[in-house]
Amino acid sequence: MALLEVTDLGISFGGLRAVDDFNVIINKGQLYGLIGPNGAGKTTIFNLLTGVYKPTDGKIVLDGENITGKKTVDICKAGIARTFQNIRLFSDLTVLDNVKAGLHNEYKYSTISGIFRLPSYFSNEKKINERAMELLKVFDLDREADYKASNLPYGKQRKLEIARALVTNPKLLLLDEPAAGMNPNETAELMETIRLVRDRFDMTILLIEHDMKLVSGICEKLTVLNFGQVLAQGETAKVLKDPKVITAYLGE
Amino acid sequence: MSLISYLINGLSLGAVYAIIALGYTMVYGIAKMLNFAHGDVIMVGAYVAFTTVSGMGMNPVLGILISVVVCTVTGVLIETIAYRPLLEVSKLAVLITAIGVSYFLQNVALLIFGADTKSFSSVIPFKGITVSGINISGETIVTILACIIIVVVLSLFIKYTKPGKAMLAVSEDAGAAQLMGISTNGTIALTFAIGSALAAIAGVLLCSAYPALTPYTGSMPGIKAFVAAVFGGIGSIPGAFIGGLLLGIIEILGKAYVSSQMADAIVFAVLIVVLLVRPTGLLGKEIQEKV
Amino acid sequence: MAKKFLTKDNSSYIIVILVYLIVELLLKTGHVSSLMKGLLVPLCVYVILAVSLNITVGILGELSLGHAGFMCVGAFTGAFFSRYVGDAIAFGYLRFAIAVILGALVAAIFGIIIGIPVLRLKGDYLAIVTLAFGEIIKNVVNVLYVGKDINGLHISMKDTASLNLDAASSDIIIKGAQGITGTPKDSTFTIGILLVLITLFVTLNLIHSRTGRAIMAIRDNRIAAESIGINITKYKLLTFTISAAFAGVAGVLYAHNLASLTALPKNFGYNMSIMILVFVVLGGMGNIRGSIISAVILTLLPELLRGLNDYRMLIYSIVLIVVMIFSWSPSAKAFRERYFGFLGKKKKEVS
Repeated sequence: MALLEVTDLGISFGGLRAVDDFNVIINKGQLYGLIGPNGAGKTTIFNLLTGVYKPTDGKIVLDGENITGKKTVDICKAGIARTFQNIRLFSDLTVLDNVKAGLHNEYKYSTISGIFRLPSYFSNEKKINERAMELLKVFDLDREADYKASNLPYGKQRKLEIARALVTNPKLLLLDEPAAGMNPNETAELMETIRLVRDRFDMTILLIEHDMKLVSGICEKLTVLNFGQVLAQGETAKVLKDPKVITAYLGE
Repeated sequence: MSLISYLINGLSLGAVYAIIALGYTMVYGIAKMLNFAHGDVIMVGAYVAFTTVSGMGMNPVLGILISVVVCTVTGVLIETIAYRPLLEVSKLAVLITAIGVSYFLQNVALLIFGADTKSFSSVIPFKGITVSGINISGETIVTILACIIIVVVLSLFIKYTKPGKAMLAVSEDAGAAQLMGISTNGTIALTFAIGSALAAIAGVLLCSAYPALTPYTGSMPGIKAFVAAVFGGIGSIPGAFIGGLLLGIIEILGKAYVSSQMADAIVFAVLIVVLLVRPTGLLGKEIQEKV
Repeated sequence: MAKKFLTKDNSSYIIVILVYLIVELLLKTGHVSSLMKGLLVPLCVYVILAVSLNITVGILGELSLGHAGFMCVGAFTGAFFSRYVGDAIAFGYLRFAIAVILGALVAAIFGIIIGIPVLRLKGDYLAIVTLAFGEIIKNVVNVLYVGKDINGLHISMKDTASLNLDAASSDIIIKGAQGITGTPKDSTFTIGILLVLITLFVTLNLIHSRTGRAIMAIRDNRIAAESIGINITKYKLLTFTISAAFAGVAGVLYAHNLASLTALPKNFGYNMSIMILVFVVLGGMGNIRGSIISAVILTLLPELLRGLNDYRMLIYSIVLIVVMIFSWSPSAKAFRERYFGFLGKKKKEVS
């Protein structure tokens, strides 16, 4: 069953066609890879999917709901969460508060109850705390809960960013180059984390990645992007053997 | 008075604002800091000229030269001692330090010259001209001319000389400029030197046209010039020029036709409207954050 | 989780209460000079201003240079109300309480009106626009004339004559540049401390709530905050409004401490906004306790230096510069850690 259906998506910046005629169908529970050389338009697609940019044309349907052109906040509520290529944590907040912030729309109470500590403050904060700690445990970050996020080592910052995205209860999780800047050990650990996320949370994941070992190791399907256009699409093993793809990556 | 003479007065005041704004905009462009003490350098320049010309009876040209030298040195000292240690740490910390420097200059002036208003006698020796019944004062002519010359020379300097190009490079990307072998510290100091020299000239011209001089004389024109720089698009030299002139004209017309007490409010209101329509000023570049 | 009693937050309350008790004791035993007595209410005013500006600058991370404008709105609203009702509400505390609420409310409304257009600007542009708004407010108040007679209220922006008041029953409440005279002196040190505590209570509880997390998330990373479903505009505006409301409260307290209230550059101009910003930055961005301490010290410093007469503001400015360089510059930090390691706070990984 298709969870995400993108049809003829495109965006132009001035005269530049950054993404053109992009189509993809991602099924529930799939781990889908989006690869391509630098500047191919991968992150732009993420920005289109999450409403950072408004598409010039095309349609994005998530779980039957048309989310084309919606605001980032509403797309988050509709069920897409993401991480960023250059990690974007709430650096002065604690690890725990980073995750708690992700529960912003899950457990709501008014500013007034917050200020005057009305009962709804206590009941919601209790649930928020429990949920956040529970998730931190899954990611093996619970011991660092009171650390400032910026003081975490790099690999854990990546993990925390994924945790923060997950806690918003998304239907689809977008990971933007999670292995960037990692050594092979960290990458291997990350691979485990991504698998864990999919299996334990039944998550559908769209992944941008340069690390071919990671991509071939966990992605079931791939789309290869070059100059804003789809170069190849399909089963991972097949796509990686496609001569067009090899040329795009290694040159003529 | 007629509209024409108001416009001329506005241009004259605007030219002073433009000269101050040029210093502001260059410093902001290169150091990305709000130099709240810039206005007080104007006051320093005016006091030096007052002492040398009115007090010691020096030739006005010599007096202005001394004033320029004193302000240039002051500006460079302020930058090296007070701002440089913090420039790369926090913009807000430098802002607060600049406020400290502003208080410092004001209080030094207060100690030396006292709080009473000094009557600054104009350094412009000729009376001006009368064109079809409208008198244009010598101060007005000199101020506008000085402003135009400064803008032209400054633009040429930045475009064609090595230090000028270095300024552009540092303002675009200080880190990259440093890798290219440009001394960022030296360039920033040079910018402060030029900005402060301009402030000295502005101070003399301002007090020649509006002769009341106190330790706080520089602070409001300083803020207004900053408004002018933002108005025109901060970091842009033509922007500061146009912003300054427009601001002067708006202020004088506001005083003449609306209310003398509300003139400042009108100036600030125009700034707000401009920024709401064009968030980076008239000639400013739009910067988009990359995700 | 074990809760510590002496947290940074609790210590803020404790400091305020302790200072209050000590001062009260000194007052009772007659150890406070009349000069210091005169400073007690202003101290509370500055603390409220510093804490409330810290909400915008430290918690939300936006630079505002127009805080004195909101204070001005609060001051004139509150003083106008008290002057208008006069002895109709004979019970001073009640009159003052209403004045505080009104002052906060009107300042908050100004916060919303100004916040909606300007909060989409960033950094220094926001700073200069808030400065501009502050100056406009001060300017407008200076040409505002309000009087009452048997027919009700009359407002003019020109002069007293154009109010067209009924001669027999006229009472000019706001008189342009001369401002408001005859405001009842309802502000006391105790009331001031009470308002400080209320400000602290609201601010600290706000920070440690869902709303506070959202605000700080926006400060730390706007794009990430948006991506997890936090409405940026809403929370920015909310923060700005709360901050303005408390500046209004400080204004009311300030106004009821003076026999005559005028809007001058030194009390409601950008100089005042900047001075409050100095308190906030020196006390530490987002550090509420720090704001309190630095507001108190920096307000007392010029007074303590009074013996030095003409040199006191000079020394104040030098202290300001030196403290900034000493506490922020990397080389000074290294120097300090090397020789005065025991003085500074130990930087631990746990915040």
